[in-house]
Amino acid sequence: EKADPQKTAFLLRKAWTLYSVTPLYGFRRARLRDYARLLGAFIAAEKQKGLAVEVGAELDIKVALSSLADIRGSELDQAALLVQLSSRSRGSSRSSEDKPVWWGWFCSVFGDELSESVPEHFTCLPLFLSHGAESYTALVGSWFQKTFDCCFRRLAISPLNLSWMVAMWAGCKLDRAASAVELVFSVPCLAQPLDISYAIHPEDAKVLWDTVQKTPGEITQEEVDVFMDSLYAHFHRHFKIHLSAAKLVKISTAIASAHCDGIVKILHSQYLPGVLMLLTELAISQIQ
Amino acid sequence: HLATSLPLPSERDHLRPRIDLVVFMIDIKSKYSLKNVETSLVYVDASFFLGKVCFLVTGVGRVNACSIETNAVCKLGETYCSPVLFCELELESIRAATAQRLVRMLRICAGHIPGVSALSFVSLMRKSDDD
Repeated sequence: EKADPQKTAFLLRKAWTLYSVTPLYGFRRARLRDYARLLGAFIAAEKQKGLAVEVGAELDIKVALSSLADIRGSELDQAALLVQLSSRSRGSSRSSEDKPVWWGWFCSVFGDELSESVPEHFTCLPLFLSHGAESYTALVGSWFQKTFDCCFRRLAISPLNLSWMVAMWAGCKLDRAASAVELVFSVPCLAQPLDISYAIHPEDAKVLWDTVQKTPGEITQEEVDVFMDSLYAHFHRHFKIHLSAAKLVKISTAIASAHCDGIVKILHSQYLPGVLMLLTELAISQIQ
Repeated sequence: HLATSLPLPSERDHLRPRIDLVVFMIDIKSKYSLKNVETSLVYVDASFFLGKVCFLVTGVGRVNACSIETNAVCKLGETYCSPVLFCELELESIRAATAQRLVRMLRICAGHIPGVSALSFVSLMRKSDDD
């Protein structure tokens, strides 16, 4: 199903930090208001202890929890859960003056492999994405971990997975002019760290992928290898550098960009479910 | 003797001692190292593949730095009937243990262990459902 573009617009063009989350125990969708209240109280208490955020001691943090019903893949997936933290200056009681400061959302897009294997009372939302101060992420994360007995872990993306992403996304059809396909490599074992950025015209990348892919809708490791090897060979011809010996750390396409530290930016709403499906798969393999 | 690729330079052929074991090192963080090994394999005489070749995959401690699929390496081992060892050179204890394994293999390949030859490695490689 396509997600409603209006509701999901705020998800695009933000840099999301990725985590894998083990299934939540005892989570009840009907209690979102209660959870928001409890989380708000927890954050306020931590601030009192002086353990929390650097910004604005005079600001209150308001918590809102909501479901994003459109963000799911199959019937087995739970609808996505959004946590939003907003700041409201003390003395003001108008919610229209709330300024959002942090977003975090849990989701599962075709995470059937996990959903099918958990016992009752567990809710599977293996992918967590956050945007905003790390201190808020730590607060929200520790509340969820305490309340639902789950575990958050940063989700790193290996060069192997990054090359899948660039091959898949460079091959996507786009109706308007696309930005360049960019690969960033970090060269190991040098006195001074060296980054190499390799930009490819999006049309050329798509043509290359179209010649490599045999069955539309299906991608194999061999096809990804041939695609990447062609890019490496082209670069070597011109610069005599073997990019295959360097570490691929970041990829950028018109659809989305991804960094090996587990940071993604989704740029195109049409491909949001596809990107989330891939990220859900990565999160699940980290959990298992 | 260490080499970055094969074939070995022919000028030194007459000075080289007998080669009992060839260990191909593949760095899991470098696709280039796998390609290099694949192109070097064609220069190895077929008789070596009776237990005198093994693949050593390094860098496996960091799962998130993989540039190579482990399946690809295991398939390589199967194609060439040679064992694939995985290790992490950055850890002293694993480095030492791996070195000991290789020395034990080398002693067998060089014929120093009576009753056991390099061919034993080949029979250990066969899956039980092959028989």
